[in-house]
Amino acid sequence: MDTLLRLEDLTMHYKTKAGWVQAIDGVSFSLNKGQSLGLVGESGCGKTSIAMSLMRLLPNNAKLVRGRVLFGGQDLYALSDEEIRKLRWKKIAMIFQAAMNSLNPVYSVGNQIIEAILTHEPETSEEEARERVKSLFELVGIPAERMGHYPHEYSGGMKQRAVIAMALACRPSLIIADEPTTALDVIVQDKILREIEDIRCKINMSMIYISHDVSVIAEVSDVVGVMYAGKLLELGPADDVFKKPRNPYTYSLMYAYPSILGEKHDLVTIPGEPPNLLAPPAGCRFHPRCDWATKECAKVEPVWHEIANGHYLACHNPIRTEAVKPCVEQVAATGNAQVAATGTVTEMHQVTAKGGDGNGASGSN
Amino acid sequence: MALPAATESGDVILDVRDLSKYYPVNQGFFSGKKALLHAVDNVTFQVKRGEVLGLVGESGCGKTTTGRLIVRLATPTSGRILIENTDVSEIKGQDMMEFRQKVQMIFQDPYESLDPRMTIFDIVAEPLNVNGIGTFEEREAQVEEMLNLVGLAPPSAFLFRFPHELSGGQRQRVAIARALVVRPSFVVADEPTSMLDVSIRTGIMKLMAQLRENLGISYLYITHDLAVARYLCDRIAVMYLGNIVELGDAEDIVKRPLHPYTKALISAVPVPDPAIERPAPNIKGGVSKPINPRPRCRFYDRCPESSSSCANAENPELKDVGDGHLVACHLL
Repeated sequence: MDTLLRLEDLTMHYKTKAGWVQAIDGVSFSLNKGQSLGLVGESGCGKTSIAMSLMRLLPNNAKLVRGRVLFGGQDLYALSDEEIRKLRWKKIAMIFQAAMNSLNPVYSVGNQIIEAILTHEPETSEEEARERVKSLFELVGIPAERMGHYPHEYSGGMKQRAVIAMALACRPSLIIADEPTTALDVIVQDKILREIEDIRCKINMSMIYISHDVSVIAEVSDVVGVMYAGKLLELGPADDVFKKPRNPYTYSLMYAYPSILGEKHDLVTIPGEPPNLLAPPAGCRFHPRCDWATKECAKVEPVWHEIANGHYLACHNPIRTEAVKPCVEQVAATGNAQVAATGTVTEMHQVTAKGGDGNGASGSN
Repeated sequence: MALPAATESGDVILDVRDLSKYYPVNQGFFSGKKALLHAVDNVTFQVKRGEVLGLVGESGCGKTTTGRLIVRLATPTSGRILIENTDVSEIKGQDMMEFRQKVQMIFQDPYESLDPRMTIFDIVAEPLNVNGIGTFEEREAQVEEMLNLVGLAPPSAFLFRFPHELSGGQRQRVAIARALVVRPSFVVADEPTSMLDVSIRTGIMKLMAQLRENLGISYLYITHDLAVARYLCDRIAVMYLGNIVELGDAEDIVKRPLHPYTKALISAVPVPDPAIERPAPNIKGGVSKPINPRPRCRFYDRCPESSSSCANAENPELKDVGDGHLVACHLL
């Protein structure tokens, strides 16, 4: 398959009064045409910074320390401002976080999108642009007659759809979606997720979907990348990563949240809190919170390497057991420990994380 | 509503009967007519002592309003709220102080619910000061005990810090300590975990479960997240546009939802397994506002199963379909 985007050892720091914040550190991955990559991690782990560096929309205090971003073979950071402006939105578009507030309240929604098209494609006539917006509205499921309406006349879900339509306006080959459904109710979220998937298949577009929600990532991604404190810890085909998480952090994220399906399982608590990126821990950045950590983890930084076809990992002591699951609460007693959702037999395992007895992270949380 | 009247038994700690709250809204600048938004409409439910009842629904369904009515941050338009057999709306003067000790609320956003200019000690001790409980030394001891209990240990490391020095999870722990320091018997928790990061959220959820075990507190747990409600609650009440449409045992609601709205809500929850193809939730249109609603089922316009009889019938009341599973639907 054709590679559309490739990050090579991308390292980006922010300058602050207190020092350099190491927001992205040595991130490498590639994305094929038509593929969708889900980036999952907690707030402050560098997901949005990656999105911004792909758009070259970084604030002035950001500095590219090393690494390259290759888009269609072109190094984005070797381009002039004028060249990147031509690429932005036309080739790489973004659906921003809190997109619902990113519409201009004094212009009708339709006109805002028409303006976006005309700005980026001056050769298009206004008539053509209007026609295109009409079909975009159809694509995202807003009736075309709502084009003349203003943002305040739209519901939250519709605004989100309009923003998606705007991101699609110039038919980009890559779309970056930064938590586009976080502020929405589940039923609306479900509809938007389905629409995004639908559109992506129809126009064979690549996507990077950023979210803190593992479940949402599971639904929209072909490839999943797990970020922690500015580093990519694991990346691989969604099926592999979700069935056999290798990095303890991936595992903890997956079982830190209750599920609506299957039997109730005990929740994995991750003790402590994410590190300060002004001075991240030595060795593996996750080691102070990791149950699997060895002496080596505190000293030596794990190397990013491929462990199976397309499955990458940075970890000294990965989880090797198949289908490790937290113990199932009530059901375990009867011996019928089965998780209906995945159909895999659950093992009673010593993996209930540190402080997982419900005591939380005493004080450090 | 035709539900059996709560008996005098000490079993029921919160008894809400036919509770309604209407807010006047302007229907356009020039119309001059006042319309009523039925935020909470004829809601009846009970919470037993030591129980956690989850109140689940989408934004705008009236779940937060219900919580605020119970702690008397808002006054009901009609209906009664009995907490330990005392009518909440009739409490006045000195009794109010007592009520505030008995019933507490934990708010959603720990970044806004704590006074930035107070130290952690002042924040947690304030309810004790206001109520004149204990001497200074006793208060100090109680605050320390409470901080220990919510996992902020050692307390001495936190007592004289300010909220901005703490992380979101720690702030929420402070907010919980403040609510529990007066030893309330009933707590309304309004989405206490929704603003927190995944790894922190689990700790708070486990803390809530643990405090209930240890202190025997009853909760009304308000959340939009059915998975969280399933994990923490004994029973779940599902709200839609001001009405409770289904109420029952948590596992029962999640595994055997009967109301078409509950079914849609459950099928819309994303699943952390790429191998599972969720069927699309069976629901039409979008959520509206209950402004002067027609006297029929609120869910009628979006219901995939509605029949012509639903169009003309009254708004259905909650009926017991067995095992204390209540559903408000004409089709059952």
